[in-house]
Amino acid sequence: MKNGKSSSVVINLDGQDVEVPAGINLVEAASLHGTEVPHYCYHPKLSVAGNCRMCLVEMGTPMRDRATGEAILDEHGKQKIGWIPKPVIGCGTNVSQGMHVKTSSPMVKDSREGIMEFLLVNHPLDCPICDQAGECRLQEFATDYGRGYSRYVERKNVKPKRTRLGPRVTLDDERCILCSRCIRFCQEVVDDDVLGFVDRGSFSTLTCFPGKELSNNYSLNTVDLCPVGALTSTDFRFKMRVWFLKESSSICTESSAGSNITVSSREGVIHRITPRRNDEVNDSWMSDSGRELYKNVTSEDRLMKAKVDQEECTLSHAIETVKDTVDGKKLGIVGSCHSSLEEQFLLNKLAKITKAKKFLRGHFGEDDGILVSSDRTPNLRGSLVSGFSSRYPTDNLESLSKSLDKNELDVLLVIGEDLLASGIDLNQLNGVTLIFAGTHQNETSKLAKILIPTLTSFEKTGCFINRNFRVQSFKQAIPGPAGLLPDLQILSALIKSLEKDGIHRPDLSSIWKEMGKSSGSPLKGISFSDVPEDGLLIDGSKWSHLEFVEKKALNYTPARKAQKSK
Amino acid sequence: MIKKKTPKERRIILKHADDPSYSNKISCYLKNDGYSMLKKAFKMKPEQIGEEVLKSGVRGRGGAGFPAGMKWKFLDRKSGKPIYLICNADESEPGTFKDRQIIYKDPHQLIEGMMIAAYAIQAKQAFIYIRAEFFEGARILENAIAEAKSKNFCGENILGSKFSCDLIVHRGAGAYICGEETGLIESLEGKRPNPRIKPPYFPAVLGLYQCPTIVNNVETLCNVKHILEIGGEEFSKIGKPNNTGTRIWCVSGHVQKPGYYEFECGALTLGEMIYDVCGGLLPGRTLKAVIPGGSSSKILRADERFTGKLKDGTDFDWGIEDIPLDFDGPASAGSMSGSGGIIVMDNSVDMVEAMANINAFYAHESCGQCTPCREGSLWMRKITKRMCSGDAREEDADLLLSVANQIEGRTICAFGEAAAWPTQSFIAKFRDEFEEKAKGDSNKPTLQLI
Repeated sequence: MKNGKSSSVVINLDGQDVEVPAGINLVEAASLHGTEVPHYCYHPKLSVAGNCRMCLVEMGTPMRDRATGEAILDEHGKQKIGWIPKPVIGCGTNVSQGMHVKTSSPMVKDSREGIMEFLLVNHPLDCPICDQAGECRLQEFATDYGRGYSRYVERKNVKPKRTRLGPRVTLDDERCILCSRCIRFCQEVVDDDVLGFVDRGSFSTLTCFPGKELSNNYSLNTVDLCPVGALTSTDFRFKMRVWFLKESSSICTESSAGSNITVSSREGVIHRITPRRNDEVNDSWMSDSGRELYKNVTSEDRLMKAKVDQEECTLSHAIETVKDTVDGKKLGIVGSCHSSLEEQFLLNKLAKITKAKKFLRGHFGEDDGILVSSDRTPNLRGSLVSGFSSRYPTDNLESLSKSLDKNELDVLLVIGEDLLASGIDLNQLNGVTLIFAGTHQNETSKLAKILIPTLTSFEKTGCFINRNFRVQSFKQAIPGPAGLLPDLQILSALIKSLEKDGIHRPDLSSIWKEMGKSSGSPLKGISFSDVPEDGLLIDGSKWSHLEFVEKKALNYTPARKAQKSK
Repeated sequence: MIKKKTPKERRIILKHADDPSYSNKISCYLKNDGYSMLKKAFKMKPEQIGEEVLKSGVRGRGGAGFPAGMKWKFLDRKSGKPIYLICNADESEPGTFKDRQIIYKDPHQLIEGMMIAAYAIQAKQAFIYIRAEFFEGARILENAIAEAKSKNFCGENILGSKFSCDLIVHRGAGAYICGEETGLIESLEGKRPNPRIKPPYFPAVLGLYQCPTIVNNVETLCNVKHILEIGGEEFSKIGKPNNTGTRIWCVSGHVQKPGYYEFECGALTLGEMIYDVCGGLLPGRTLKAVIPGGSSSKILRADERFTGKLKDGTDFDWGIEDIPLDFDGPASAGSMSGSGGIIVMDNSVDMVEAMANINAFYAHESCGQCTPCREGSLWMRKITKRMCSGDAREEDADLLLSVANQIEGRTICAFGEAAAWPTQSFIAKFRDEFEEKAKGDSNKPTLQLI
């Protein structure tokens, strides 16, 4: 606010004076004080449509004399409240000083019950076969405000049951409550105006405009936004009841944006990825391409067995062999920006012990202006903070190529990268022993003498540092394939075997303690448990001289066209 | 018994409407002193015109009856954004056909009124939003505007005043909701005419293209010309205090002479209108009910007594025939004068069928934005339709009333009320007929063909 004082106002919420930030709406204000105002069409990240009418509340403002502007007092000397005779929408009403709000009065209750009944009269009530069941707003509020029986004896409207809106979204129009969230999302966040209503009144039907389809890379957010089971993910449709799903917090590895995600799994199988709200990172959105990444976990080319000289062996034998191969040799380590902060720290430690040369490449693409940034790795900044790299990586391994040409290396430890796709020629690798540690097969892994399968980010715990130097932790969602170990344990075992008197524990808190010790680290004084759900911003000014590819897109700034046009 | 004199019409707006020698050509309009008020307007300051309109007390003729001068005062002039004037010619309230007469028979009167209003509010761009069904009206207006432009009554540097205002006719696509001003604005912007939420989208502040906008009815804008002609003070003496000027009443239904009649506000009662002006009911019929202000206003029962206190404190005790025809009369009787569409029903009318008809209209016209109106209007239509096809149930009257109550006051625009009020009043006043339906239609009035 202008004078810096009036940034909060006092409103009377159900008889209690509470302080709330100025300018927010009644749904948000009530929720800050533990009162839920049910709503469908309102979404904190979209413009206010005010059409579902579920958030109706009673509202009054202190009365003032029109002519003199003086407060009108009642017999107790208190300012009289001019209650508005009709209920107002909580989403479209902003708080003002002294405002009185009733969220549970008979009028409000009656309104909600009325709206609930109306929403259900033409609803197919097919919860038993509906994907949304269990996480459906309509179900939830029907429990709270539903009549429990129907007064509706007429025929229900018939609408299209399975419209293909795009490659990833299927629409059941009969379930749609016409809240327009999906339409507003496409207009305001993605700027891809393809959805709209046709027909009118109760026959209004959501559809794509002629010749268009909902195929943008954010289309699946409409499925998350949909408060009912109308928009469904073609991928997830009819696959799993949501109440069986275990939810784990994780981070999207698609790019340096680091969208916060929730991984839903059952009995060790991931069924879907959904965005997790983080206002500082990704609001409530994520890309469709990011949601598909879980499929890598079970993909055909996943590395499942340790191998030495193309022979399957136990993981411990492979690690043992690595030790023997590396000892006393000129080692080069090709790190990965896909590795977690902790892994990169241990890798750096390993490099120090073995006096290995370090190499790192980046992966870059087009910035889509929303949540897929140019840096297509989740943890490039982690490689800087962990100390593994001090330079900004390029999208090839030129320095490795030079080293190989000068015969400076006997053994190469490659973490996940495909050397042959990074500017290295097959001939250059002649006479070099390759050790490959990664999750998926590639041309380099096929050449490796020692092959160590590792875990995907869904199968382990750690931290990534995103494009604006926010440390974000991801938690293990599912167990890894039988017989495999987390990368940290493998690295730890290697370090232990190579460092003569080293005491090393592969747990995160010990690693964080050690990371904090190195001088000048922005992680000083922070322990792993200090990293909150929504991440921790650290000081990245030490690297401000580097030319990060994201440039202006360091932060996701949502397009707020909302207020300009409805 | 003294036979009362038939009240005389006072035609201001429709002065030339039925003159066979009068045409909608500009030559005819100019012969009748046309566009002289526009010339007079340019000799005044814009604010002065606004003052005159405010003084005249003229209330909006579209339905809500909000004082036009006040509406102009709310205009946000400080924003620096362009100001728009829109004429709401989407006359779609069932029972209303007054604006049509003006547009078809005297379009230049509207254009002159609009140009004066545009000058008063300093709008550089004006629109006439005309309903799709008036295709002939749109053509007439297009021609009239072309004529006016050729004579420089519209367009660039009007009459050398340095004031420019372009006028565009925009045809709707056939939706009742476009008569709602914010819905109209959305439609004019090329979108679905979903009414906007107020706050924040008050047209006078955030109207067309998020700019300050004034939306006035055809008749209201025509009045602006006449206010200028005689002055606001003098205009306010026509009719009654707070009910100034004349009103065009559109009488339809079971009367001998349905049609449009222009009277001073409060110059006659509903009874005089039906029996004296419109020649009474059809032979052998008795009056059953009247809808006084377009289909969305509440129905009045013929044998009802209306009692209460008027705004000036006097008590009243009216029968249906005593209700004065102005803004406040029908409102005091618990209904409204709305758009001036008086629908007369005699004893041949089955009220449930009439209700079904009205409900069918509102279910068809609901834009579908707000849940209560969208679902409620169709539900009510389905109930009344079922009742009329022989499947009425005893509980239907209560159900209808309950559904209507769940709509009223809970929607973005006034369409919710428009859909709910007919049902509420029909049930309140003719519950017996709704309950009769459930008992096997024994008392169904037989419709006599004339």
